[in-house]
Amino acid sequence: MLEIEIDGQKIEVPDGSTVMDAAHKVGSFIPHFCYHKKLSIAANCRMCLVQVEKAPKPLPACATPVTNGMKVFTHSESAVKAQKGVMEFLLINHPLDCPICDQGGECQLQDLSVGYGASASRYQEEKRVVANKNLGPLVATDMTRCIHCTRCVRFTQEIAGLMELGQAFRGEHAEIMPFIEKTVDSELSGNIIDLCPVGALTSKPFRFAARTWELSRRKSVSPHDGLGANLVVQVKHNKVMRVLPLENEDVNECWLSDKDRFSYEALNSDQRLTRPMLKQCGEWREVDWQTALEYIGNDLKRVIKEHGAQAVGALASPQATLEELHLLQKLVRGLGSNNVDFRLRQSDFSLDGKNVMPWLGMKIAGIRDLDRVLVVGSFLRKDHPLLAQRLRQAAKRGTKVSILHVADDDLLISLNARSIAAPAALATELAGIVKAAAEAKGVSADSSLANVQASESARRIAASLASGENVAVFLGNLAQQHPQASTLHALAQQLAGITGARFGFLGEAANSVGGYVAGATPGVNANEGGMNAAQMLSDPRKAYVVLHAEPELDCADPQQAMAALKSADLVVALSPFKTRAIDYANVILPVAPFTETSGTFINTEGRVQSFNAVVKPLDETRPAWKVLRVLGNLLGLAGFEQDSSEAVRAEALGGKSEFIERLNNKVEGVAINLGEAAPALQPHLERIADVPIYFADALARRAPSLQKTIDAAAPAARMNAATLAKLGLAAGAKVRVSQGGGEALLDAALDAGLPDNCVRVAAGHELGAGLGAMHGAVAVERT
Amino acid sequence: MGALGFILSPEEGERGWRLADYVRRGGYAALKKIIAEKIPADHIVGELKKSSLRGRGGAGFPTGLKWSFMPRQFPGDKYVVCNSDEGEPGTFKDRDILRWNPHMVIEGMIIAGYAMGCQRGYNYIHGEIWDIYKRFEEALDEARAANLLGPNILGSDFSFELQAHHGYGAYICGEETALLESIEGKKGQPRFKPPFPASFGLYGKPTTINNTETFASVPWIITNGGDKFLELGKPNNGGTKLFSVSGHVNRPGNFEVPMGTPFAELLEMAGGVRAGRKLKAVIPGGSSAPVLPADIMMDCTLDYDSIAKAGSMLGSGAVIVMDETTCMVKALERLSYFYFEESCGQCTPCREGTGWLYRVVHRIENGLGRREDLDLLNSVTDNIMGRTICALGDAASLPVRSFIKHFKAEFEYHIERKQCLVPVDVQRAGSGFFVAEAKATC
Amino acid sequence: MLSQEALKQIDSEIAKYPADQKQSAVMAALAIAQMEKGWLSTETIETVAGYLGMPPVAAYEVASFYNMYDLQPVGRYKITVCTNLPCALSGGVHAADYLKRKLGIGFNETTADGKFTLKEGECMGACGDAPVLLVNNVRMCSFMQPEAIDKLLAECT
Ligand SMILES: Cc1cc2nc3c(=O)[nH]c(=O)nc-3n(C[C@H](O)[C@H](O)[C@H](O)COP(=O)(O)O)c2cc1C
Ligand code: SF4
Ligand code: FES
Repeated sequence: MLEIEIDGQKIEVPDGSTVMDAAHKVGSFIPHFCYHKKLSIAANCRMCLVQVEKAPKPLPACATPVTNGMKVFTHSESAVKAQKGVMEFLLINHPLDCPICDQGGECQLQDLSVGYGASASRYQEEKRVVANKNLGPLVATDMTRCIHCTRCVRFTQEIAGLMELGQAFRGEHAEIMPFIEKTVDSELSGNIIDLCPVGALTSKPFRFAARTWELSRRKSVSPHDGLGANLVVQVKHNKVMRVLPLENEDVNECWLSDKDRFSYEALNSDQRLTRPMLKQCGEWREVDWQTALEYIGNDLKRVIKEHGAQAVGALASPQATLEELHLLQKLVRGLGSNNVDFRLRQSDFSLDGKNVMPWLGMKIAGIRDLDRVLVVGSFLRKDHPLLAQRLRQAAKRGTKVSILHVADDDLLISLNARSIAAPAALATELAGIVKAAAEAKGVSADSSLANVQASESARRIAASLASGENVAVFLGNLAQQHPQASTLHALAQQLAGITGARFGFLGEAANSVGGYVAGATPGVNANEGGMNAAQMLSDPRKAYVVLHAEPELDCADPQQAMAALKSADLVVALSPFKTRAIDYANVILPVAPFTETSGTFINTEGRVQSFNAVVKPLDETRPAWKVLRVLGNLLGLAGFEQDSSEAVRAEALGGKSEFIERLNNKVEGVAINLGEAAPALQPHLERIADVPIYFADALARRAPSLQKTIDAAAPAARMNAATLAKLGLAAGAKVRVSQGGGEALLDAALDAGLPDNCVRVAAGHELGAGLGAMHGAVAVERT
Repeated sequence: MGALGFILSPEEGERGWRLADYVRRGGYAALKKIIAEKIPADHIVGELKKSSLRGRGGAGFPTGLKWSFMPRQFPGDKYVVCNSDEGEPGTFKDRDILRWNPHMVIEGMIIAGYAMGCQRGYNYIHGEIWDIYKRFEEALDEARAANLLGPNILGSDFSFELQAHHGYGAYICGEETALLESIEGKKGQPRFKPPFPASFGLYGKPTTINNTETFASVPWIITNGGDKFLELGKPNNGGTKLFSVSGHVNRPGNFEVPMGTPFAELLEMAGGVRAGRKLKAVIPGGSSAPVLPADIMMDCTLDYDSIAKAGSMLGSGAVIVMDETTCMVKALERLSYFYFEESCGQCTPCREGTGWLYRVVHRIENGLGRREDLDLLNSVTDNIMGRTICALGDAASLPVRSFIKHFKAEFEYHIERKQCLVPVDVQRAGSGFFVAEAKATC
Repeated sequence: MLSQEALKQIDSEIAKYPADQKQSAVMAALAIAQMEKGWLSTETIETVAGYLGMPPVAAYEVASFYNMYDLQPVGRYKITVCTNLPCALSGGVHAADYLKRKLGIGFNETTADGKFTLKEGECMGACGDAPVLLVNNVRMCSFMQPEAIDKLLAECT
């Protein structure tokens, strides 16, 4: 520890602290622009100059290490003189166009210039003008306002993992820019808007939409991936205008993914559904709530009378709230059915009934302390942008990260080892890792692995895990959606056991944990005989309730889903949006998106995060939990008397808690079925289906700016060079991909990171909605 | 020139730069002695301390002391880096050293590597002197072939790799940490210090950086002893020093003289002021050093202490001579433009301030000056100096302050009369263009 | 695309640095590419960046930071004249003026026949030889009085 005195206050700080760190501790504010606690130190703005006793000149607090006995004055005459001098320099070339600047009201330059600026400028020469840059659909530029703090450059390098911005030219001609003709394509790009201390980088979707002081700030939680990023939603005239991060070091730190930040645009889009709709005699018409709900009640009763309660099934999105999921399953069960599920993309349910409630298996914040990590089956960067960011930072500090996956997408993480295998070979490859790890640890592997041969990369991964002290094995979305998910689960668990690792799941969606907690599955605790999502669709029901989901895009097998729904007598769709329910539903109900209802998401670490509505529901929209409650009443079911979402939550959770304690990844007695690898597929190819980041849920799909990004490019039939050559195709060729009875017309594309004999066709997109399951055999031919 | 020193000692005509020439002149004797006698590293650093050799790159930091900062027990790579990025206006000595005596620099660097336990070195050579860079690479090949460089030098267990890296047109890369960034393949933007290169240098490893002339002085010191070197100069100012004389003299060039030589003698060696005109001012240590009026300068001897006492700096030993045909406003304008153009753009006071300084001086030169401009210039330099990451901010400010201080009347004349004290055709005649004898080399 | 010869030269530059520090060769690689192509186009910079495994924008930072890289096409002979103070005292500016008149172009301009480009340079470390000029970054010409300039221009074909 070192002793330092700042503005007369004595404190002790750890070795290696800077004067800025120490000032934070005593609550002294030192003006600054380039310094940011999550970025490397640049010390270029010089705004943080302070007086240090015995130093001949003022020193930058952000970069000056504390030495024992140091005396610092942050507001002495000489410190303030230096700070004012810097402020004058910062302003001489600044346009001072605050009245038309989007940063107005939240500009650090504006704020500080009030305290440190002079009233009149002594600079009477011509001001610099800098050309604006096209950074893509999300970030707008006004480069003349740039003060060259290089925070944005450092962000792309250090946090996003790829230097997409640089400071070109030099001296006064220096300009922040992407490479010529390039844009900033990171899935984390929006953070540079927050980081920019002036109005040089602003939100393109928000541009000129409002002045910041007209906005009210409301807390919320992101409804996308399993992280549950904390949000500040900014509202004007009952409209969501902008979304910013709410800092939470344990969850999203101070960041947001672009999906968290910009998907709000969907809320204000013309694709919103505003009134209940009823289809009668083949005609859709708008009706009032009473009519719609009565219709549903009567028709449900009719179906049950004619076909029994088992004929009713409910499908929910894992982005629905805990409260909604709880009431949905209660409703279905009240009707006498156990057919309810939110795991729409899952295909192997053989662990149901074994008391599994998958979760991360540890705290998110604990990732930084891991020294070895294996991620299995995950499009990590696009599925979990901020978790990937955490692993990236960990890797920089020395964590050895390995990956076993079906595609070698660039994670922008320096990987220790990687193994890329076809989906059908994934389990065998993981078995090889288990076996090699057992050898490395000198323990015997499960007898079912007797014939498994560990590959070279499997050995490397195993050796890395075996040598760690704080190890974790995570299963990603693809592993959870895989037809051998239970085998992957069992193997990963064995691997964790052998290497002393934690074992967890990267939760796919905002409420992948909450769905289990709400009981929105056919029977987690004992086999209650209900049907899971796949069964409900392969063995069609007469009536379906569809909550927040778009089965044609969200289900493991969209073709099958559509067939089942179209054959049903009654389909009730609850959604904030106009969806393809118009093709198969009988009733469509406009329910609130997360901004228009209170609710709860339980994130992948089991953290319970509740939020309030930030705006009033649009038009006739109603919160889904209220709709379900009224429906329960209408159907004469018991237990639908809750008068608030808090009451529903209390019922679902059995009390209030910050974290859910009963989550469990551990399962016993699972048969390991390594299955037949590729040969069975000949002459077909094996499908690899990622769910692209901006097609993963209803909001993202409808956010216009996100849809203009490179990540939202239309899916193609991607293959490696060998596979393309085998089919006699060149990249760009038009191909017909057929699977089951359906097909899709796509462009062939080269993806060098794929295994042989695989074709990658994204799920979640209209273009592929005619195809079958996300996994399995497909045929590709030139059209 | 010549006989007074040892670095450029071979007379013109005998100046073979090849390894054989250097060996004939006694080259590599120091290295051979060290290897043969297994002289301990401490002893070498001790000789350097005794010699009172001060860095020839501008700051005059004692070299022996600098070498002693290198962590001895550090595991892994450590680097020796030579700064041949000579770009300070007025300085052209390192070019001549590398042109006529590249092996002396190589030998100095190998000895440095030995003394500080470094296995690798780089010489960063100014981009504009391409033929010198190429020659240096050839000299390296010669040294490698003779087992003077590379693994197991002269059969010992000491190995040292040395490479040349060229600049490509950025003055700031002469600043030692910008130079390191540049070797790392980045823009030459200086680093904030601390940490200093001795603990965090090239690729984050302990590194010592010295000027070309500094390294070139090392072999002689080892061969002849630190005390002998000190005796060549005066106390605290050991050795001989190269002075690059440019501007209004009859025979511009490099002159190697003992430290403490009177300026008047140097001027004489350079053939005196051109066409017998009157000396007006001298910048004694490269463009970043404060200018001194003729009378003050004529009283100085050439060593760190004397020139510091007169209010300027010995710097890199670049003596820019200006006679009575010089317009001091125009001279300052050109220097201010230089710093403005060469600021790396990283830190606010330098990026913004150098442009401000230049624009105001430019205005004055062009007859648009205002009465308050001189105070404004001084105040802007106040806000730059001591507040930047590297010393370029100071380098840009010192000329402005000293020109205004010593030649205020001339600036005021410009502002009031909107014209130059020295008629333009007089200035032109002073330059010698169209009249100087033709001795072009190309 | 760069020629095999250029790539070979770049490889030998890469070899000067530790194995994990390929980026150190970027200055040399850009210089080699420029000598081959005459100037550094966006594609050339991207090629060099790709070859060294660095982000293109980082290579662009370097290419735009150092004066001797040309980000725009230049004439067959790029003549850079030092006009800094020490040179100016001995005719540097006048030499530049002389060239401007003879070639009929200003600084940063290229003659209509694409033969000459004129640039203003900063200190080249040769102030004692003023006027000094640099041809195509590699050939330094000293004491360039009018006759010498005439001779140089006549040599350039
Ligand atoms: C703007 C600036 C330019 C510099 N240029 C040079 C240079 O061209 N050559 C040089 O040797 N040192 C130069 N220096 C000084 C170096 O930073 C460093 O002090 C020197 O190389 C150390 O070597 P020495 O101790 O042998 O003098 C410069 C410093 C600054 C701030
Ligand atoms: S003082 Fe100038 S040259 Fe030095 S770091 Fe700052 S901006 Fe760059
Ligand atoms: S905050 Fe310290 S220099 Fe910018």
